[in-house]
Amino acid sequence: MNSIFGDRKTIFILLAPALVLYTLLKVVPVGWSLGLSFFEGNSLRGFEWVGLQNFTTFFTDPAALQSMWVSVFFAIVATICQVALGYGLALLYVFVLRKGSTLVRTFVFFPTVLPTVAVALLFRSFVAVGENQGPVNDIINFFGGESVEVLASTVGTMTTAIAMTLWSSMGFYAVLLYAGLLDIPEEIIESARLDGANGFKLVRHIVVPLSLPILLSSIIFSLNATLKVFDSLLALNGGGPGTSTAPMTLYMYRTAFEYAEYGYGSTIAVILTALCLVFTLAIFRSSRRKAEV
Amino acid sequence: MNTRSNRRRIAVLGIALAAVLPLAACAGGGAEPDTGSSEGGAGAGGTDPDTFTVMTANENPVLEEQLTALSEGACKAENEALPLEHQKVAQADTVQKVTLLASQGALPTHTIAGTALIRPDGDLNAAGLVGDLKAALEGAGTWGNVLPAAASTVEQVYGGMFSMPYQYNIEGIFYNKEILADNGIEEPQTWDDLVDAADTLADAGVVPMTEAGANGWPLTRIMGMYIFRNVGPDAMAAVRDGDAKLTDPEYVAGAQALADFADAGYFGEGFSTRDGDTSSNMFLTGQAAMTYDGSWLLSAINDPERNEIGGENVGFMPFPEVDGGKGSIDQYAANAGAPMIINAEQFGPKVVDWVSCIAENYGQQALQDAGVISGFKVNGDVTDISENTAEIQERIAGIDETVLWFEALMDSKSNSLASTNVTLLTTGQMSAEDYMAQLQASIDANG
Repeated sequence: MNSIFGDRKTIFILLAPALVLYTLLKVVPVGWSLGLSFFEGNSLRGFEWVGLQNFTTFFTDPAALQSMWVSVFFAIVATICQVALGYGLALLYVFVLRKGSTLVRTFVFFPTVLPTVAVALLFRSFVAVGENQGPVNDIINFFGGESVEVLASTVGTMTTAIAMTLWSSMGFYAVLLYAGLLDIPEEIIESARLDGANGFKLVRHIVVPLSLPILLSSIIFSLNATLKVFDSLLALNGGGPGTSTAPMTLYMYRTAFEYAEYGYGSTIAVILTALCLVFTLAIFRSSRRKAEV
Repeated sequence: MNTRSNRRRIAVLGIALAAVLPLAACAGGGAEPDTGSSEGGAGAGGTDPDTFTVMTANENPVLEEQLTALSEGACKAENEALPLEHQKVAQADTVQKVTLLASQGALPTHTIAGTALIRPDGDLNAAGLVGDLKAALEGAGTWGNVLPAAASTVEQVYGGMFSMPYQYNIEGIFYNKEILADNGIEEPQTWDDLVDAADTLADAGVVPMTEAGANGWPLTRIMGMYIFRNVGPDAMAAVRDGDAKLTDPEYVAGAQALADFADAGYFGEGFSTRDGDTSSNMFLTGQAAMTYDGSWLLSAINDPERNEIGGENVGFMPFPEVDGGKGSIDQYAANAGAPMIINAEQFGPKVVDWVSCIAENYGQQALQDAGVISGFKVNGDVTDISENTAEIQERIAGIDETVLWFEALMDSKSNSLASTNVTLLTTGQMSAEDYMAQLQASIDANG
């Protein structure tokens, strides 16, 4: 065993196929895109060096700044709600339902496996008005109110999008955090209970600090996933009304493929990557500070 | 320590190399034309390919069917010399796919393309890939098969005869004769008459005019037609040439008219998220009294399963005039379908023969088989045309002057912006002045 893993040549030969594939498919395109962001044009028209002009354009382009705001807003709100809801559910599984939690866990997890476009179309028809009115408006009418055209306003579309994201992913975070909560030794909970800590106090002073690592991983994971949201917002209302719910990914797609500007599209991609890095590092830093204290 | 810094050095070198690769692409980028002029005006000057590859949109199965029918029928000889081969693309992916294929030198012989791409200053045309159909057909003596109205529309939109007019559509207001008669309404001749009619219809509990707001363009059509009636048929050409601005009062009046019409609820509930099929169905099942649409709606009107109000009950009228405006009611809005170009580099003699054969026979083939009105002459008899189709054909035959649509001469970014922002305009979230100001800013920046 040691003689195999000790020999560097063997390690290299074993790793090489996967490493080469990974480099070609992941690293090279990322580097290429980084390079493209300093050019302007497309594969048909040819590329022209523009230096940092694309980046300065980005920060003065109202459509780009609006899309950045949409991405950040969606990421923060969705993350907070997803992780909080998931954590609440995990606590439910561990402390209230205990052994009987398997069935509930499965049902709540189920929406995660559904394709995001299908879920978006489902929620789109939930809030529909007019011809095929959806249940949301039927309920409003039942209580005597007038039908609301939810998808005609930014607030309505965003709320529906977040509700949709919560519904489909809270089960996932619940299961993830449940695994983390199971790691907490029973004895610590027992002794805390003996000391008089119950309910909320128990959660706040014992459970949360002990599950902090997995909580932080979930937050980072969720932030990265929601910053890159694309199909949910596109399938729900096409990034509308107007472009008020169009995230950076959608703007990048339109720039590169509908307006055939590969250079500027690459710039948007680079800035999005940088944004993900910033958020991740910020969480890491704050967690390290907590540990030191 | 040594190995870690070595590894880091290799990683940095790798990424730097990858970042420099585009420079190599840049050096070889841009298709250098070696045949055909860069204006696409050389006509037939290319070399014949091995097969007549045709790329059409998924959403348009009719074109594929009719060309196949021609290859087995009237154009059998041309097909034997150069066999037909079909490719498909989703209409929304057209620009992406065509740009990619063109840059690889794999552009099909006859393909759908994007409007901005084929104009003289567009990427495809500048690379010498767009064939001049007029020159080619005149050379073969078959130019007379293209209807003058269609040729004029194509030249207006694309800046040259670059597209085969497989469809020729005029636009106007389809209306339910019975509903209008029941409410004592006659064909409105002016915009104010139309608004009054809509008011009466709304009171009668019927949706006055249904439009597919989810697509954006059905609403900008109405605004555009108001502007053409108010300012005159050259309204949008003036904006493109910089002689007028969208923020001028006569243009803003169009946006305001649309906003007011929507605000009064004349489009019905939930119109801003209503899709095309739902909207057509609302008209064809009698829930809506009118709809502004194009003659492509004929396929639904002629379909007894979709048309519940009956073909004889469907009337067609042009968009009304505007009081004090310079446009007239007989300037129909016309378009010639999605652009279908011939690859200039492959425009050899066999391809010219194929295209000539299509020009001679497509008119009759499409009308007989699918009830589609094209921009080609109908050479031969057609049986069983529905009355609605015949009525539209008659109107087309009598057309002197056509107007284009609102976004026709805009660049692709402004085109997109016009559609996305119209939802905000019609739901009261954006004022008419703001809408036009934003659109004008986009045209100034990108046009």
